[in-house]
Amino acid sequence: MENNSPQSASDKIPFWRDIRVLRVLFQVSFLIGVILLAGILYTNMLRGLRGLGLTLNLDFLNDEAGFGIAEGIAYEPSDAYLRAFWVGVVNTLRVSVIGIVCATILGLVIGIARLSSNWLVRNIAAIYVECFRNIPLLLQILFWYTAVILQLPSVRESFTFFGGVFINQRGVYLPSPQPTSGVKIWIGCLAVGFIFALALYLVRLRKLRQMEQPGFAAKWALPAFLLVAILGWFLIPGKPFTLELPALKGFNFAGGIYFSPEFAALLIGLVIYTGAFIAEVVRSGIQSVAKGQWEAAKAIGLSEFQTLRLVILPQALRVIAPPLTSQYLNLTKNSSLAVAIGFPDLFNVGNTMMNQTGQSIPIFAMIMMSYLFISLTTSAYMNWYNRRINRIGR
Amino acid sequence: MADLENTSEDSIIICEDVHKWFDDFHVLKGVTTAFKRGEKVVICGPSGSGKSTLIRTINRLEVHQRGRIVVDGIELSDDLRNIERIRQEVGMVFQQFNLFPHLTVLQNVTLSPVWVKKVAKSEAESEALALLERVGIEEHAHKFPAQISGGQQQRVAIARALAMQPKIMLFDEPTSALDPEMINEVLDVMRELAASGMTMLVVTHEMGFAREVADRIIFIDEGAIVEEAVPAAFFDNPQHERTQLFISQTLQH
Repeated sequence: MENNSPQSASDKIPFWRDIRVLRVLFQVSFLIGVILLAGILYTNMLRGLRGLGLTLNLDFLNDEAGFGIAEGIAYEPSDAYLRAFWVGVVNTLRVSVIGIVCATILGLVIGIARLSSNWLVRNIAAIYVECFRNIPLLLQILFWYTAVILQLPSVRESFTFFGGVFINQRGVYLPSPQPTSGVKIWIGCLAVGFIFALALYLVRLRKLRQMEQPGFAAKWALPAFLLVAILGWFLIPGKPFTLELPALKGFNFAGGIYFSPEFAALLIGLVIYTGAFIAEVVRSGIQSVAKGQWEAAKAIGLSEFQTLRLVILPQALRVIAPPLTSQYLNLTKNSSLAVAIGFPDLFNVGNTMMNQTGQSIPIFAMIMMSYLFISLTTSAYMNWYNRRINRIGR
Repeated sequence: MADLENTSEDSIIICEDVHKWFDDFHVLKGVTTAFKRGEKVVICGPSGSGKSTLIRTINRLEVHQRGRIVVDGIELSDDLRNIERIRQEVGMVFQQFNLFPHLTVLQNVTLSPVWVKKVAKSEAESEALALLERVGIEEHAHKFPAQISGGQQQRVAIARALAMQPKIMLFDEPTSALDPEMINEVLDVMRELAASGMTMLVVTHEMGFAREVADRIIFIDEGAIVEEAVPAAFFDNPQHERTQLFISQTLQH
């Protein structure tokens, strides 16, 4: 036993006990398993397609779609399938982007309200969160669509605001700005103002750098640009834009910006549902900041609002950002529930295309890739943002 | 008010029968005392005796439920304006430093002058740098709190409190969270501050500091003042049995 020196050479270990060998071995066998499974699925799919007399190609995308799409960017039924698909993508993006912005604002307000010292505010926020978080989203969207929006007054009895905003069961009509002949001069004016503002911005930025101070670098540039824009607006003969008001023509309104009842119901449903989750994310983020931070901020005389804005939220954001990303992704993906109320989003249009062409596999792949692309872009942005806020003070 | 005005000639803080409950727990049981302008008072007592709670009621981090507290002629009430004014006159240093981790040392110090007193940023910065020099950390002005030691952080916290030019400084166990070798650098800053004539209320277990700097020592147990005396009398001739026990236990180590 005395001669039994510690094993130094690794070659004495049999390979089935050697961690380094096992590590590689497991990974290789896992990879082989994945490839085999993918191969089986692929051959199975090809066999199925042969049975249906279909081949895998994307030529059908150039064929005439032949079906109408209720809203979105310019599109005619005589356009190609690819264009129809693109209309769906843009509609999904539109509802997602507006939804994310609104849900963030709503969630922030409700999340802070849940921590309010005001009993009523705190409990109303809690009831909101508990109700909307615990009812299926599909149900909520159908509720907003059938029980609220479709019950709005008829076209002739529309709710009217400021003489230009009309809300009725056919949707929401807003005035839209229309460019006039003066618009080019005004844009020129803006360009000059922009160059002027940029110079001011750079001057102030350099000054802040010299003083080694954090500060709002656009403090001079922004008002200067706005001033030029406003002066230009009033001094140029003829206004650069006129407001086109929606006008009642026959049985419906024409002109202006239009949101369909389907869009409104989907947006409201997504915002209110996701807002409840974001509120919880915000609340937990704020609660993660140590109590001592509140006390220190109070002790140096900051008001409640200043404490929240200058001390608590910047620290809470580090905790909030990662789960917030998940909520943004959820909102985007949940927008595919549009199919239930007939809003022509990516999935809905894709579904129609599948029914017409029978090309379910390529279209499914296109839909999946589109969602994947939107989600990964959102993720990449949020990860960059997260890294940026985490770099400070660590 | 008549008697208050008489005493407020030289008293900057007056506590009259201050009571405080945490739910059912009676933390402060009728504390009555006054602090003179420029006085340095060390408050000591066993843990849980209510000494921290007492100084936290003075800038309204804790709300007292009975009695009155008057700070520099302003009574602490539910009046928001009074609370705001008192917080500008009273600086506080915490056991856990409570620096803002997302701001640099300099930003920690200028935050309140810039946002509360609306001092111009450049002016606030030069004043902050002077304060940081006074506490001996001007070379770390652009670091973040996590990048400096505990003792340095606590000195920044003192500078941050001083930046509001308070008339009174409250210290809530300022050295209790520090490694032993860092305690003195913080006590030195506090000694210097005491010599400058600042009114100071210090909750601490540093009995050496108390004997050296304090004008008066208040011993609190179970939410009430048991004994108050000048340091020499307090340490050498304690009157009360509980004070004697506390002193013998503290001075053993």
